[in-house]
This record gives sequence, structure tokens and C-alpha cells, in this order.
Amino acid sequence: MTNESATAESDVEIAIRENHPALITYITAGDPSLEDTKAYVEALDRGGADLIELGLPFSEPIAEGPTIQAAINRALDAGTTPQGFFELVDDLETEAPLLVMTYYNVILQYGPTADVRPFVERAAEAGLSGIIVPDLPAEEADPLRDACDDHGLDLVFIVAPTTEGERLETIMSKASGFAYVQARLGTTGARADVSNATHDSLARLEEYDVSEPRSEARRAQSDGVPKAVGFGVSEGDHAAEIVEAGADGVIVGSALVDIIADHGEGDAPAATDLEAKARELKRGALRGAGGEVPEPEQP
Amino acid sequence: MSKSERNRERDSDPTFGDYGGQYVPEALMPALQELEDAYERYVLENEDGFVDEFRERMRDFGGRPTPLQRADRLSERYDREIYLKREDLVHGGAHKLNNALGQVLLAKYMGKERVIAETGAGQHGTATAMAAAHLDVPCEIYMGRTDVNRQRPNVYRMRMNGAEVNPVDAGSATLKEAINETMRDWATTVERTHYVIGSIVGPHPFPKLVRDFQAVIGREAREQIREQAGRLPDSVVACAGGGSNTMGAFHEFVSDDDVDLVAVEAGGSSLEIDEEEGLAPNSATLSTGTDGVLHGAMTKLLQSGDGQIMESHSVSAGLDYAGVGPELSHLVDTGRVTPVSVDDEDALNGFHRLSRLEGIIPALESSHALGYLERAAGPAAENASSPERSSADSRAGNPRDNGDEPRAESYEDLGDLVVVNVSGRGDKDLETVLEETEKRDLEAAPEVEVFDRD
Repeated sequence: MTNESATAESDVEIAIRENHPALITYITAGDPSLEDTKAYVEALDRGGADLIELGLPFSEPIAEGPTIQAAINRALDAGTTPQGFFELVDDLETEAPLLVMTYYNVILQYGPTADVRPFVERAAEAGLSGIIVPDLPAEEADPLRDACDDHGLDLVFIVAPTTEGERLETIMSKASGFAYVQARLGTTGARADVSNATHDSLARLEEYDVSEPRSEARRAQSDGVPKAVGFGVSEGDHAAEIVEAGADGVIVGSALVDIIADHGEGDAPAATDLEAKARELKRGALRGAGGEVPEPEQP
Repeated sequence: MSKSERNRERDSDPTFGDYGGQYVPEALMPALQELEDAYERYVLENEDGFVDEFRERMRDFGGRPTPLQRADRLSERYDREIYLKREDLVHGGAHKLNNALGQVLLAKYMGKERVIAETGAGQHGTATAMAAAHLDVPCEIYMGRTDVNRQRPNVYRMRMNGAEVNPVDAGSATLKEAINETMRDWATTVERTHYVIGSIVGPHPFPKLVRDFQAVIGREAREQIREQAGRLPDSVVACAGGGSNTMGAFHEFVSDDDVDLVAVEAGGSSLEIDEEEGLAPNSATLSTGTDGVLHGAMTKLLQSGDGQIMESHSVSAGLDYAGVGPELSHLVDTGRVTPVSVDDEDALNGFHRLSRLEGIIPALESSHALGYLERAAGPAAENASSPERSSADSRAGNPRDNGDEPRAESYEDLGDLVVVNVSGRGDKDLETVLEETEKRDLEAAPEVEVFDRD
């Protein structure tokens, strides 16, 4: 079935292409409260984030390291639910498109029975542009892929350092929005350097021609899925190095969550620090692309 | 079609009905594909003599076959033939070695340099540590801090065998958290590490792989009961946490329609759940769970309406898990396996009764199966029900309501010839049993004051 939304332009891809090299930020919704999250998302938006991922907490986040796991626990302790999360998104007005990052069981349980559709419908209604599911490999993704297509949402897939050959082609044939290139093996978490695996992964993606769009409809309006690199990125210099290596965007999560963790609930300076960090990362990304780097704004 | 081709066709399917699958981070998918390939070649097709070596080591190192023992006094008490499959006599004291030795050997055939495992009660960790020492493979074990504290003898044993034990502090610090942490280790070191999953849970092919290593329990029991009793049993009873001893005992009987398969879950202190607190005071996933995805598979889970996984409870650390194997979920849905449950107190009574009547100290896990025997066939059941024993199509098996007499009519009719799987021995549980017995007035327990330490 061909439908209108599947052929519509992807907000996510446009945001990355028009703001190349793009900054993609992650924070956990409800950490430490949904009210704070609203302020933090707006701060990241002001600081130059081109896409914002919001984590919807799941009690067993097997792909996350200690930083994000702790944020998820704080959010769950604060009573964050999918309903509350969607109400927050209803309220948000940002320039950057928003994506939800959550685990498959949370998506499945949103409706009255184990089915992905009610979640996707609500996500579209709230104005989300895409979904990332760390425990959903391409093999199991068809129900969610179809539901996202029907509602015009992007479904972002992760490409790991261990992903090669046919698997890479399978993933790229199903991916939309961008390919989330995992910079290193393991879980999420800020690191002091950029892994060599990043360069290898980007090179491998080039080799396997990631610009192959996933359908004829997309072929018509897009020249491929952009590549963004995450896992361990924490500083402007990392962002520069990753963009220099050929990425279209950098993804930063734990370094931002660390800032939130250092502040208490209802703490306005956290928003200021997040905005400044986003600026540093965006400047780094621009430097990596050899483009104009704006002067930092005076406080 | 050759047997190996049939096996291939049957076992390349990653699902059991609606359950199973592979819900893991992308980084792990190539490792699962590699494992699928190794499973088909070595386990199903005996490439390089893998299965021969495994069976030989299970015999010489593991002590197989284990006896199927007629339990004379239980038979008398329950007025029927009760046979015990003595997995407590496997080296290390539990059925866990069947799987651990199989997987560590497979890891060696696959050229992996290191194995990791999670453990709840410590029996799987102990079995993995023993198998790793036996086969000279470096080994690390993740174990929830709560379980480290309540299962100290097994922690010592793992370390004696040279394994590193990493306590996990997250959440309720039990099996679920230990699995999360082991998956994280695996996602970091996947290229050189094999994750020895301890039950029939996790992503494909683990549920099939572990089941095949454990199926030896039922295979032996089936031959033994025919030899000793002259026919197949009316029912096979096994406790169910994740479900590896359960599927191990059941697998060879699944196509024998006349043999009832009864999975006894941990009813904990109650089958009610506290949605607000996210607590299930039980681990009765097959009886009360709902469909969802946890630790790599679609299966039945103890979860909130929002899909958050509940903290489960059982007096037995080995049953204390909010999930269950996908194959068991499927067999329950299709009606082939009947899930029942008994509470902590029934299990403790089962523990003491077997110790006293038969001279066998069972694991607290297995004690649930023995506790169910009393509920379904004991004097209380007979007093409380009509001479006609429970109907075979009922499946409630709920523990007593508010301390009232059990509703005997809701228990399964186990028939005249029953095989009970004694999945492990209870030495590891003595501290817990003493502590929990002291809190209660248990009919089957001895006086415990003499054990007071100071």
C-alpha cells in the first residue's frame, strides 16, 4: 500500500541536511521531573540542537550505561509514565524536531493489548517526528516500521561496530531519518576520546552505500539516509573529529545527563549549562566541517 | 529429508507461536547469528563430535545418568506411585550443570576466549564456574547483591573454582538486574565472549539451545519410568522460575498427550500485585503474567500497565524472576502445560517433608514442586474435597485464600503414577530455610531452636 505520509518529506532528514553538520541531543524525560524536562528541552533548542531525542524510561534499559540508567531510575521514581510523557510533548514547541527513544516493551504496552499501533498513533498526534528503539533489531521491526510509515514517523536504526555485510544492507533498507552509528561496542556513556571504531564504522557505511533510499517513494525525494554518530561523545573536540571523519551529525546524551544529575530539581542554572554545552558541541561539529564557526555568545 | 535437515527446519524458527524472537541491541545480533550457526552445526548435527564429547563429559565429570528413585514414604502418604528424578545428584548439586557444561564446551568449539553468566540462587553461576574450570576457560559471574547475601555458600564455591563474582546493586539486586548487567558486559565484549544464559530465556537461539542441553532430564526419566514402572507416568511435575528444569523435564513428554505436564510456580506471599509500588509478591509469571518483551524475547511477564517490569518475590532466589521461557508461555497458551503455584509456606513445608520422609534435602526451587504434591494429593486435599479428585481441566491451583483451607477442587489430578523433578539439592538454602522457618509455624518443620548460633 502506498500512502501519503510514507512519501512525505522526513522532518528528521531535512533537519539534518539543512543544519549540516547536525547536533542531536538526548535527555531522559522526567529526570528529575517532566517540568524540568520542558525547560531543558527548550534550553537545548536555544543552544543549537538540530534534533532532540527524549528518553521515555523503561525499567530494564540494557543498552544504557550507568549515567543514563541512573537518569531513567530518577525519572521512574518521579512517576514518569507514557501518558505524562506525551502530555509534555503536546506542550513543547521547539524548532528542532523531537524523537522518542524507548524500549520495545514500553511501545507494546501502550494500548490495551500488546500492539505497537496505539503508541505510534499517539506519538504522531503529539507531534513527534521519529522513534528510536535500542532493543529492536531490523529482524523484529516490521510491525513498527509499517505503523511508522502509516503515520509519517521516522524509525531510526542503530548500526553497531559489529554490523557488517548483509546485516548492514538489511538495516539500511529499513532505516529512515538517519542511521545511528554506534561509535563503540558496549553501552552509552560519556568517554574521554573518540573511538577508532567510529572511523571504521563510517568507512564501512560508505562501502555499503548507505545512500540507497528505502523505497521508490523516498528515492524520489531524498538522496539517502544521513549518518550520525553517538556513544561516548562528550566534547566539542569529539564532535569536530567525528564530523571530519564524514558523519552528518553527532549524538550526545550522557554528557548532558551528567549536567542534569549535577543539579537538583527545579534548578534554573541546569538549563543555562545545557544551553552552553549544546553551543560548544555545535561549534565543534561546525569546526569539523571546516565551515564558519560563529563567535560564542557573550553571557 | 534427513534427520538433520528436519532439525534445521524446525530449529531455525526463532519463535514458539507468538513468543520468542530476538529483541536485543544491534551490537549483539551478529553474535546471535554466530551462535545459531554453532547450535545447528555442533548441537543438532554433532559436527566435530561435539555431542559425543558433551555426553562423555556429562557422564564422567557430571555424574549422569541420575537415578529415577521411587519415593516410598511419599508414595504411601499420597497413595500413589511417586518417583523422584534426582537432578540434585548431578555434580554441583543441580540440573544447571547440564546446560552450563554444554554451553561452555560450545563456547570452546566456537573459539571464544571467555565466558560470562548471570546467576540468581547461585546454582547456575556455580555450574558455569565449575564447567569453566573443568574446560579451562576464564569466567566472570554477575549476581545481584541481595542474592550474594542470601546464597553465600555458592559465592564461595564460584570463587573456589576460579570465577570472578561481580555483585550488582541496581534495583532489587536480584536475578533481573544480574541479567541486565551481564547483557551490558556482553555488548561490550561480544567479539571474544560467550554469554552462558542460565535458563530457557533470552533471545533465540538460547531458549532452544538450553532446552536441548536440559532435555536429558526427561529423556532419561522417560526410559527409566518405562523400565521401572512399566509405563509412562500420568503426570510430570516440575518447578518453574525461568523454566530450564521445567522444559528439561517436559520436553521428551510433550508429544505424549496422556502425560500431564504441571509447572509449579512461586506464589510467594500472594498472587495479588501492587501496581502502584511496581511489586509482585510472587514469581508466578505463567499463572498471572501478560505478554511483553524482556531480556531479548517476547514472553509472559510480571509488568505494570505501562510496561515497566515488576520486582518479583519468592523465598527461593532461583525462582525469583519476572519473566519465563517463551516456549513455556507457548505451551501454557496451547494448554499442553498447566501452570499452578504454591506459596512460600507450602514450599518450606515441602522442603521439610522431603528432608524428613525421604532423607533428601531439596533445593527451595524444587520444594515448590513438592509443596504442590501435598496440595494436590496430600491429606488436606483429600479431606477438603469430594472422593472424586480434582478435575483435569481446572488450572487455578491458587494458594490458600486468606489462610482458609485450600480449595482442593482447583488442583490438578496428578494420577496414579507421578514423576517429580528434584532439580537441585538444598544445602545452599539452609540459612534461608532456618530463618524463614523460625518466622512461621510450619507443620512439617522440626524444632529449630537447637540451631541457634549464640
